[in-house]
Amino acid sequence: MSIVNIKINERTYQVNEDLSILEAARLMQVKIPTLCSHPDLSQSAACGLCVVKLKGTSKMIRACATPVEEGMEITTHDAELFEIRKTVLELILSNHPNSCLTCQRNQECELQRLAAEFGIREESFEKKLRDKPADTSTTSLILDPVKCIGCGRCVEVCQKVQNVFALEFIGRGFKMRIAPAGNITLNESPCIKCGQCSAHCPVGAIVEKDETAAVWTGLRNEKLYPVVQIAPATRVALGEAFGLETGTLVTGKMYALLRRLGFKAVFDTSFGADLTIMEEASELVDLLKNHPDHLPLITSCCPSWVDYLEKFYPDLIEHFSTAKSPHEMLGVMAKTYFAEKQGLKAQDIFMTSIMPCTSKKYEITRTDEMFASGVQDIDVVLTTRELARMTKASGIDFLSLPDEDADNILGEYTGAGVIFGATGGVMEAALRTAYYFITGEKLANIDVQPVRGLTGIKRAEIDIKGQKVKTAVAHGIGNVHVLMEEIREARRSGKPMPYHFIEVMACYGGCISGGGQPYWVNNEVRKKRTAGVYQDDKNHKLRMSHENPFIQKLYGTYLGKPLGEKSKKLLHTDYKPRPLYYK
Amino acid sequence: MNEEKVKLPDSLLEYIGQWKNKKGNVIMVLHKVQELYGFIPRAVAMEVSTLINIPLAKIYGIITFYHLFKLKKPGKYRISVCLGTACYLSGGNDIMAELENILGIGVNHTTDDGIFSIEAVRCLGCCGLAPVLVINEKVYGKLKKEDLAAILGRYRNQEAAVKA
Repeated sequence: MSIVNIKINERTYQVNEDLSILEAARLMQVKIPTLCSHPDLSQSAACGLCVVKLKGTSKMIRACATPVEEGMEITTHDAELFEIRKTVLELILSNHPNSCLTCQRNQECELQRLAAEFGIREESFEKKLRDKPADTSTTSLILDPVKCIGCGRCVEVCQKVQNVFALEFIGRGFKMRIAPAGNITLNESPCIKCGQCSAHCPVGAIVEKDETAAVWTGLRNEKLYPVVQIAPATRVALGEAFGLETGTLVTGKMYALLRRLGFKAVFDTSFGADLTIMEEASELVDLLKNHPDHLPLITSCCPSWVDYLEKFYPDLIEHFSTAKSPHEMLGVMAKTYFAEKQGLKAQDIFMTSIMPCTSKKYEITRTDEMFASGVQDIDVVLTTRELARMTKASGIDFLSLPDEDADNILGEYTGAGVIFGATGGVMEAALRTAYYFITGEKLANIDVQPVRGLTGIKRAEIDIKGQKVKTAVAHGIGNVHVLMEEIREARRSGKPMPYHFIEVMACYGGCISGGGQPYWVNNEVRKKRTAGVYQDDKNHKLRMSHENPFIQKLYGTYLGKPLGEKSKKLLHTDYKPRPLYYK
Repeated sequence: MNEEKVKLPDSLLEYIGQWKNKKGNVIMVLHKVQELYGFIPRAVAMEVSTLINIPLAKIYGIITFYHLFKLKKPGKYRISVCLGTACYLSGGNDIMAELENILGIGVNHTTDDGIFSIEAVRCLGCCGLAPVLVINEKVYGKLKKEDLAAILGRYRNQEAAVKA
């Protein structure tokens, strides 16, 4: 990598030659507007807003798709460029409805923001809208082609980052729409509901299915006992919606908020994560000790990953941990164990999960096991974005709220429970406990650094008293095929398994940048939210799931032992092959 | 994959074998599929997707981008009406309207009996004959809309003769 000298708006800079003009300008505090470019994605040069002038050529060039070169002299802003960009923007707006007031992206929309910045006050071109119905087929996402501006970010993320290929440009020109292959719905396509399309969409064309109304209704129903749980990753992101620094821990304020919204008991999914670890670490220990030929064990907390494996690698289903995800475990415990203590029936309890994830909306009716309490264990899933909107509507001044504690008996968590929110976290939490289960001792270095961080695939070998446990972590589901092909190859050839334990999270960075998290995510945001999660881990005196006294009590008085009869019935699920296309 | 799996003809499988690992294979294979079937049946697209290891979404991206590829089975007689500049100026539009009127179907559709389908094309390279239409490979030039009923009638009679 070498350095080149360029001039941006008459000032001289030295920058790395692998940057685009857009990125170089951004580093020099110059913001060139764009609607298609995104730091997570390769550049499609679709929107045309980022045009700049380059000395020595009469053509306008696109800053996002042009690498810097030695001696370039670039003008990013002048009166002419302003007019040109304004025209481009007006052309985009001529194909975009003026329904901002009733749009889910109101005040969070990149197009709306640019229209405001450019001071657009009239419609210079005749309005022509795409006339296509919205795709509401999944329980996670709404795809509204009328609002689509054709930037292609969703296609990029679905194909190149996630390797799912549910979405594609179908048709061309004005008739082009972003849709699955053929005349089918998203629910009939390979879509895994990860929602990364919605997180990268600049407008309201792909959004999470908003279910705040269902929660308000549940809270108003006097016959119900409303309870709630918050996922690890939500506590480092919700604050962003209220102007707090990215990654700020707002756990105590969230508990206080949810009580004031009317929830009678406030639980923490991190407790469920501790419970998941008890089951999953027990599975791992059992396989290591008794069935090494059945290894590797693959984590299954991420419902998009579950969906992906069922569709793309059905031959590897037997390696999947049968342990339910943390919020499902907590849901069934709330409607059985907690309900009994309160003298309530399962159907009296109305359970809402606050999740960083659009796929969790799909998970809650995925199989019969999601009704283990006799009724649907989780009634509604809200994403972090939906909770932010609900909070703003509630009149509660979030920033002034005091820090409160969660409710027992399903609210106390260890540091291991909260790191589930970041890539590598499930692996690390499981290793801490598995080590103890096997050796009866505490892992010497409890911070398992090799499984942390944003590298797409992380491999590490953990020494458990002489036994080398080979682990691998993948995130951003496009990375997973490398590991799965290695397993397939080992199975085919009969060679030793390259891994004993594999963690997969569908979203790059893990749940901290899940499809339902606040917008405007890039790697800086990912790092700050991740740091928040690990800070919370450090803040806890107890940092291993099996040390959680409420987990011990739960097994002692109710469940029996991990992988025991009752645990299996309530805390485990199963998987089945699913077709890529239902039509 | 509720759609029944199709068995591809040997000629197609052989062709796919030749192109499997070459650059630009998707378009070539899709051309072959269209040549064999007259359009791209979904079940065949799914097989091709598996055989050359390209996601079905990519195939649909391609076949909905290029007008040449058809997603629906065309009629036995494919009527291409030229709407290029010369034909358009000589009343190609009226020819199209009359054709739609007689057959009771719109452009890009096929009659219920599967005999005729209509498509619009941009210039057939014989502007001197404008307005022009082509039925399968046969060119009809210097058309008047009054001619159409008779032309279509000939094909209908031919069909009736075949049946009888």
